[in-house]
Formats: sequence, structure tokens, C-alpha cells
Amino acid sequence: MALHRLSLRLRPTVAHVRSIHTSRYGRQQEAAAVDSESEPISVFRTQENDPASQSEKQIGQFYTLPAEHIRLLFPHGLPNRYQQQVKTFNEACMMVRQPALEAISYLKKADYSKPALRYLFYGVKGSGKTMSLCHSVHFCYTQGWVVLHIPDAHLWVKNCKELMPSSYKSSRFDQPLQATSWLRNFKITNEPFLSKIKIKQRYVWTKRESTEEGRPLGELVDQGTSRVKSSSDVVAAVMKELRLQCGHPESNFRLAVAVDGVNALWGKSTIKKEDKSAVDPEELTLVYNLRKLLKNDWIGGAIITTLSQTGSLYTPKSAYLPQELLGERGFDSMDPFIPLSVPNYSEKEFESCYLYYTERNWLQHPQSRTEEGKKELIFLSNRNPTMFDRLCGFL
Amino acid sequence: MSVIEEITDWAGSQEDILWKVVQNYVNVGGWTSVVTSVPAANMAAARVCSVVPVLLKCGNYSFSVNVETAKLSKQVLCRSISQNSALCRKNLAAAGPEKFTAEFIQKQIEEFNIGKRHLANIMGEDPENFSQEDIDRSIAYLFPSGLFEKKARPLMKHPDEIFPMQRAVQWGKDRRPFHFLFYTGKQSYYSLMHELYGKMLNIEKHQDRLRSKGLFSKDGHKISLGMSRWLTKEELEALLVENISTHDYNRFIQIMERLLSMPYCNIEEEFVLRFRHLLQTQSRHQMVSALQKDENGVAFSSAEGCRKTSHSTVVLRDCGSGRLSVNGQDSLLYFPVLQDREQLMFPMQFTGTLGRFDLECTVSGGGRSSQAGALRLAISRALLSFLSPSEREMMRQAGLLTPDPRVRERKKPGQEGARRKFTWKKR
Repeated sequence: MALHRLSLRLRPTVAHVRSIHTSRYGRQQEAAAVDSESEPISVFRTQENDPASQSEKQIGQFYTLPAEHIRLLFPHGLPNRYQQQVKTFNEACMMVRQPALEAISYLKKADYSKPALRYLFYGVKGSGKTMSLCHSVHFCYTQGWVVLHIPDAHLWVKNCKELMPSSYKSSRFDQPLQATSWLRNFKITNEPFLSKIKIKQRYVWTKRESTEEGRPLGELVDQGTSRVKSSSDVVAAVMKELRLQCGHPESNFRLAVAVDGVNALWGKSTIKKEDKSAVDPEELTLVYNLRKLLKNDWIGGAIITTLSQTGSLYTPKSAYLPQELLGERGFDSMDPFIPLSVPNYSEKEFESCYLYYTERNWLQHPQSRTEEGKKELIFLSNRNPTMFDRLCGFL
Repeated sequence: MSVIEEITDWAGSQEDILWKVVQNYVNVGGWTSVVTSVPAANMAAARVCSVVPVLLKCGNYSFSVNVETAKLSKQVLCRSISQNSALCRKNLAAAGPEKFTAEFIQKQIEEFNIGKRHLANIMGEDPENFSQEDIDRSIAYLFPSGLFEKKARPLMKHPDEIFPMQRAVQWGKDRRPFHFLFYTGKQSYYSLMHELYGKMLNIEKHQDRLRSKGLFSKDGHKISLGMSRWLTKEELEALLVENISTHDYNRFIQIMERLLSMPYCNIEEEFVLRFRHLLQTQSRHQMVSALQKDENGVAFSSAEGCRKTSHSTVVLRDCGSGRLSVNGQDSLLYFPVLQDREQLMFPMQFTGTLGRFDLECTVSGGGRSSQAGALRLAISRALLSFLSPSEREMMRQAGLLTPDPRVRERKKPGQEGARRKFTWKKR
């Protein structure tokens, strides 16, 4: 298997796996020497960096996400391991896979005057559901939609350090910390829209503070980040505004709601009240409002979700189907939805990922470069993306 | 009076009852040690009950089973019932190593032969053709033992194998020694060396004869040794029934090597081979499961394996895809730990057949690691039918086909675990 080196005009190469601080000038000098002969482009990469223009021909190939997009769009959305990989390789390459392509094609063709369609990615642990979600979200971003991305709904139902009774409704509970962090990330992602969208209702926070109608959404978000106490209510307000406005013909934006680990909203929570009784997720403001958003009674957008067993509470390890993880209530609320199954790597996809790692010098063991080594990797990881990544991590 | 009545009559302790039974109906030499190997201290009545019906069946003849004892046999024979076990132990400590007379050994041999015939009768087999293997089998059946140490289990062997060889008296009635080298102190060793020298002279004479006929050639007719080694010093001592020093042993080996280097030494082959020990060839014949064909014409074979308390069955199909399912689940789901999956991969990686086979495994019992080990053994056994003999030999040498004999060691009383003792307190 030959290692192909890309010509440096197209994208920068990394000399050594772990060095992040390669100097630009050094590489350019190198490039000048090599530039005279243009190298053939690798089999597993594609130049179609725009998700909108990707088609089935690019299945199994890696496309690069621009660093700017990563910083803006995914301050909190990418899986941890992938973020570390991006940092190590100095580039964010994502594989084009069939479930994500299917979702994007539906998104392109959908009629946005009808109620929002719900997409659900499901599959075994580590098969790439979150990555498919991120791919679709990238598509929405490049199309100029407003992105409401909740990285992991499980984080809202467990390990809550501060739980306050809600000021709006006394039976519910607020989670100020989670709400503020989410609002901050939302602001980073949707910076341009915050000044364009105007709120249509007056919100009163305390006796002295209120937000009038006609103010930009940005002010609402700032209110939430500065006044921590009312941040959960701000989140609720933001969701309500976006939901109401995005269907109108006068507003020229579409809303993409992306939730990872949606089965958390209908499962159990580990948060306990002061009298040690468990809190139902419905009693949490954030969860309640998110559920309202997930109902398909609004138009002009799409809801893309993923199931996740890893962070879920009180579910067996072998459960991965929607019915098992969502439970009865969840399934009824999510029904109807478009299920998208995310399988393990096919042979072609595995091959491409293997080539990518080899080209990036991530597989350093001499035997991993042989055919025998490849067979071993296939056997041990069973073509599961996460497992393969973890295996290669110490090779 | 029957045995049962005798027991109920006797108002003594449990220990005394047993002695009474044993003394009346059994020639004491053997049975006591069969039932207990420690003098009468820890006997359970249950064992008596199992022994007694057997005795009753045999009838009233004196039946002795010569059993490996803990140096008790001779002394235990003649003492009375009422003696305390504590006194016994003191007596033994005082006595030196056992000395068995020739008549005693002779008597033991007779008893062994008679006992062999009785045992054959008990097992319902032919007394004439009762071999040592049959004896071992019968004893293992009649006295099942779960002890790990094989030497601690009950056994019945010819007295020559049990009692160490001892030298008979070396001088006659007139107190003159029989052997001419007696006064060297190491008569067997020196006589052996003398014999060895005689053989060498013999070979040289043979060489001269051939030379005179003109048929001599330098590299003619050496002894083929095969897979054998010289006897070790301990084995030689056992053969000569006397102690030799290291220097003597080295000299002996040196001269034997010298003999072997001489041409035409094959005339003394028999003599040399007496001092060589054959190395047992390890290649035991493997049980290879047959290669079957299922309805699509795909060749498959199945095998079983166990480790600790897990049992597994594997069906290996020659499909061409490397799919693997364990108990109906994915191998990643069933064995989340990398180590277990590596164990599964090892047989196929070793033979280089990784992507070729489809595995359908079922496993039950034990823990995570032992299930992986059981599966590994089953996979290697199933692979045997697809491989050539040389590859099978390689697998055997790699240790893939050996079932792991390690099982959990039992906890002993007086200790916290199998080996861990209770915390030692000085006072």
C-alpha cells in the first residue's frame, strides 16, 4: 500500500504526529522544493469540502472542515476524542458516510412550509452517530441556518451541582450553570443572527429588569449570561422565540435543532431533591422546554437527533434500538420520525480510515502497516469506528 | 460374631472400634494406611462404613493391599490397640531410616501377588491377566481421591517399586566378602569401570581382527543414540545401589564418551544403552475433529474447549468473511476488554487464517478471562482439521492445544485462603 503525500498547495502536511507547533515558513520552504512535481491526490480524501455538494461518490472519503467553522460551530458539539484528534493532526477531517448523506439529502429536499421533520440517528455504541449529527449540522450552518445544538442532553439530567426552584413555575427546577454555559456556546455559534432576530414579546425577569419587544435576540442572550439566576428562563424564552419566528415568511432563516442523546429527555435522572426523591426530567425547565421544541408543531426547520446509550442512565449496555432507549413515552412523543441507522465501517470505509491514519503517521508500529496487521485490526475492532480509533491510539 | 455385632459390643472409642475391626478381618499391613495415613487421629466413621461392606463381601480371608505408607507400616503392625497415638509418634522419631530384610521384601511380594488376584476378583476380571494398568484403574475406582498431588493418592504397586533397593549383606558366614573389590569401598562403581574397560579392550580386539582381514574403515558402525541422554548421577546411584561422588560420575561419563567415539563400538551397543535414558517424544496423537460439509457446500468443523469452569463450543465455517458472534452477540459487546479479544484472535493470527473463517461461538460458566481461554482452546481445536500436520505441530508447540490445568485451589482449614495464613500475632 503506497503512502501518498499531498502537495502542499492544497493543505498543510504535518511532519511529526504530535508536534502542533510546526512553523509555517519551514513548511513553505519545503513546499517550494517539492512543488515542482505535483503529487497525486490521495484516494481517501476529497476536495468537496462543502457538505451541500457531497454525493454518494464521496462515501468513505475524508473532507476537511475549515478551522473557522470548527471554532464557531462546534465549541461544544464534537466528541471529546475527535477534538483531541483534531488538535493532534492539526486539521479536522471527517468521513463522508451514508447515514449523514441521507439526512442531508432529505434536508435539501424537505418542504419547509410543512411541520419540521425529525431525524433520529441510531446504532451500536461507537458507530459514529454523533459524528453524523455534526456532519448534518455543518451542512445546515453552511446553508445559513440558525443552529440550536445541544451537545449532550444527558448532561442536563445528571450531576447537577445547583438546582434551584424555578421562578416562573414553582413546581419546576432550574439549572443555572448548564443554562449559562449553553447560552454562551449558542452565542458563539449564531453570532450573526443575534442582531437580526427581534423578539416579539416582553419578558420580565425581576421587578427592575425586563426585555422589551423589538430588542435583538442578542440582548436576551446577554441577559441570560449575565444574570445567572434567570438563565434557564432565558433559554426557554430563546427557544420559544425561535420556534415562533422561524416559520413566518418575513423571517429569512431556518432553524436546525440538533440534540445528542435525546433519550435522556424521557429517561430517568439522577438528580435528587432535598428530600432525596428523584427528580423527573419533566420537572426541569430546560428539559421541559426542549421537549416542547422537539414537538413537530412548528414550521421552517428540522430536528436532528441522536440516541446515546453511553451516557444514559439505567439502560442496559446492549440496548441501541430507538424503542429500547427512548422508552414508551419518548417513542410516542418522537413518533413520527425518520430513523437513520448508523452501522460500523464498511470495508471501503475501514480501508479509507486506515489509510488516513497511516498517512498521518498515527500508526507507528511497523506491523500495523502490513496486511497481517490490518487483518488483526479488523478482527480486534470489528470495524467499529471508536474501537478502531482507540486501538490505533497506542500503536 | 459378625463385624457389626462386634462393633456394637465394644464400648471403646471410635478409634478402638476401627482397630478391632481391622485387626480381626484384615491383615493389618495395608488397610490402615488406606483408610488413614495419620495414625488413627482423624478417622471418620463414614469411611469405616465404606470399608466394612467391602470387607464383608470379600469374606473372611486375609486380604492385604500393599499401600504406600508414611513409614508406619512395620511398626504399626505389631502394636496393641490401646496404645495412644502420641506414643506412636515418639517411637518413630527415634528410629532411623527403614531397613527391610530380604525375607520381608519377599513376603511383601507374595502378599502383593495374592492381593492382585483378590483385586481382580473384586473387579470381576481375569486374575491371570491383571496388569499394572488394571490395578491402577481399579484402585482409582475403589478409592477415589480429589488430592492434587498424585503421589499422595492411594496406590498399589509391586514392592520393588515402593521399597528402595537395599544392598544385601556383602559377606558370608566366614565374614569374608563375596566381591573382590569390596575393600575399595565403592565395589559396584569400580566393578562397572572394570567391566567398561573390558568392553573397550573387546572393541579394540575386534578392530585388530578386521584390520588383519583388511576390512577396517575409520568411520564404521557407530552406535545410533537417537533421542536419549546419559543417566543422571542420581539415577546411576539408584542403579548401583551405592553413593558415588561427582568426580566419579564425570569420569564414568568421560570414558563412556570415549567408548562411543571408537569405531566398531556397535558390538557393545546393548551395554551402552543400559546407561542411556530415552527422552519421551511429546507428540501425542491429537484428536482431530472431522471436516464436515453443510448444505451450501461450505466446509465447517466444530470443537469444544474448557478452562477453569467455563465450557465453550465453536463452529468454524470456511466462508471467507471474518465474522464472529459469541452467544448470539457481537464480540465487541460480549468482550469489551481488549485482552479477551486478543485471546480469541491468537489461534487464527498464529496460523495466518484471520479473515478466512466465520466463527459461531457459545460459551457458559466461569468469568471473563476463563471464557476467553475456553474459546481460544475450542477455536484452536476446530482449526486443526483445516491445517497440515506441520502446522498442527507448530500449534501444539505454541501451547494452543494444551488445556490449562490450573483450577482454583481449595481453602484449607486454619488458613484464611488457599495460601494466605491468618495474621500472625506474636502473643
